[in-house]
Amino acid sequence: MYRYDNYDHQMLADRIAQFRHQTERFLKGELAGPEFLPLRLQNGLYVQRLAPMLRIAIPYGMLSSRQLRKLAHIADYYDKGYGHFTTRQNIQFNWPALVDVPDILAHLAEVEMHAIQTSGNCIRNTTTDQFAGCAVNEIEDSRPYCEIIRQWSTFHPEFAYLPRKFKIAVCGTVDDQAATQVHDIGLFIVKSDTGEIGFRVLVGGGLGRTPVIGKEIRSFLPKQHLLTYLDAILRVYNREGRRDNKYKARIKILVKETGVELFREKVEQEWLALKDGPLTLTDAEFLRCKQYFQDPEYKELPEDSPQLLQALGENVLFAGWYNRNVSAHKKAGYAIVTICLKQTGTAPGDITSDQMNFVADLADSYSFGELRVSHEQNIILADVEKSALYALWQSLKSQKLNSDNRGLLTDIICCPGGDFCSLANAKSIPIAESIQRRFGDASRLRDIGALSLNISGCMNACGHHHVGNIGILGVDKKGAEFYQISLGGSVDNNTALGQIVGPSFAQEEVPGVVEKIVNVYMKNRQSGERFVETFNRVGIDPFKEEVYAKAD
Amino acid sequence: MPKLIKKCQIIDDQWVLIKENSQLEDLQAYSGQDLIVPLVFWLAERTRIQQRSGKTAVWLNSNEVPQSLGSDLHNLEVIALNFPIFSDGRAYSSARELRSNLGYKGEIRAIGDVLRDQLFYMSRCGFDAFLMRDDQNLERALSAFNDFTEGYQASVDKPIPLFRRR
Repeated sequence: MYRYDNYDHQMLADRIAQFRHQTERFLKGELAGPEFLPLRLQNGLYVQRLAPMLRIAIPYGMLSSRQLRKLAHIADYYDKGYGHFTTRQNIQFNWPALVDVPDILAHLAEVEMHAIQTSGNCIRNTTTDQFAGCAVNEIEDSRPYCEIIRQWSTFHPEFAYLPRKFKIAVCGTVDDQAATQVHDIGLFIVKSDTGEIGFRVLVGGGLGRTPVIGKEIRSFLPKQHLLTYLDAILRVYNREGRRDNKYKARIKILVKETGVELFREKVEQEWLALKDGPLTLTDAEFLRCKQYFQDPEYKELPEDSPQLLQALGENVLFAGWYNRNVSAHKKAGYAIVTICLKQTGTAPGDITSDQMNFVADLADSYSFGELRVSHEQNIILADVEKSALYALWQSLKSQKLNSDNRGLLTDIICCPGGDFCSLANAKSIPIAESIQRRFGDASRLRDIGALSLNISGCMNACGHHHVGNIGILGVDKKGAEFYQISLGGSVDNNTALGQIVGPSFAQEEVPGVVEKIVNVYMKNRQSGERFVETFNRVGIDPFKEEVYAKAD
Repeated sequence: MPKLIKKCQIIDDQWVLIKENSQLEDLQAYSGQDLIVPLVFWLAERTRIQQRSGKTAVWLNSNEVPQSLGSDLHNLEVIALNFPIFSDGRAYSSARELRSNLGYKGEIRAIGDVLRDQLFYMSRCGFDAFLMRDDQNLERALSAFNDFTEGYQASVDKPIPLFRRR
């Protein structure tokens, strides 16, 4: 993992002192609310329905066990003993007191963490594939590039007051798990014919009110030009992005209104002035950042583990978990484990402080003391020896962290919704729970197979509803909470936006409607076909007919 | 005389800011004084504005780009960039373009909704003079320039990014 040097530490200390001063002035009435607002947002602090909410950055999803223990400590001392992982690979605490926030930030700084730019109209936390560095067939580990982007974007003086928020994702794996195509900038690591590493650059993707898949503006950007090119894109956006209407202020609208060709020209024009300048990355900087993400000290192991094979043969429950939650690793004898935080009865992505401490211990015992957080709101132990999987699973069971539903219908991506968020039109957590209860039968769930179900409580789409195979969006219908359902979204290499099935449904209808949708799939599927494949083949009509059929 | 922060010091401001939609005859009231006139006015009446005694500078609104000044740019002692509201960040890019792309060496002055907590980033982008909003305490605002001791990026104040220096 990246480790801070004196420069990083000093800047973080400066930032905390600055925010402490700003908070004091606000509390003394010397700084007006509207002027404090972007300052606190750029330090991760929202004022929510019930209390302030602090969103802490987990840069590109990487956490050490020490950091997770610190988060547990914060949850216990400043919050109500739990936290919530978000779709931006961050963690949110829902109950801190405003006056305590500078102290919380000081605690975070001790473990090289912060809440910088986790909100506000600035460049947000850069995200990536949670399997980066250990995925099979990876083109290159994306994390050094993410760290380079993290540093460039942190306290960027020119881009702190953009028209709207700005999100960047980097993907270096063959199977994109980072929703890269629906980001303001999506960077795919590519290798040229001559073996040179660079980026395919997408721009103008995003979810929210107007979902758009990003458009390519450069098929190959040599890696040393990464930051000058990002500077150029951001400058065009900062100058020309709309500021008259908050709902039209994202870069996707600018790209759409300008046209991708003209937008590209403007970026290239701006880039001419920056290209090959001091911001051009150096081999020394690539090396410096890469050294933090070298392979841990893997053992030389055979690909198969006799202990694992034996346990799989003897324990059906373990085998069920293994089949869903364990993924292939680039190193022989190792596996990637996803701890699914989607237990029915717990809000998706929520984790208690006890569980945090427990998982931190597991990371130390089984995975070189490191963890990752995925945009699906799960935790990953990325480097587990296959022979240890059975023992790990038994440990997980003791803390009810052995949910074996990864990638299934109940592995729901879900925003905090109307229970916490002041932007929400409707609740989302109870909807998730009602669907999880409806699909409580494990064998049926497995029979249904891979299916993503994403819920957002409002148009802002924090729950990524547009790209769920089944997407559920909370809407306000004359003061009542209703839910609009879309189908066919996906966020893998074939990213697609869901199609709205029709008029929205009342809360109590939603589980029944999901069941009808699933039944249409089960009836129509051909052998081996996933939900989204059947949907793509048969189209939306059979689903429409079923969910709006009049009862006889 | 009104006060200005320039190069981290509080000084008297000799310049008078002329409002948008001003006419030539409006300038008569400022005989012999140094004026900062709006871009549109400047572009329309440059020759006649310069015939008067007293120096002339130009201010740009946040939706106006420095390239509009054309070759006049380097003859201007002051270019002011307006913040209609502090959260409108366009002028940060204008300042950087003026310094880094267009090579402007004169004063870049922040005007309008200029507040203490934005001064540090402004100075990194090339602003070196700040006409603060009326209610701001200038003495106390000076500490803002020391909010941070370092920055990661290539910027006007530090053209060499940290990664080339660490």
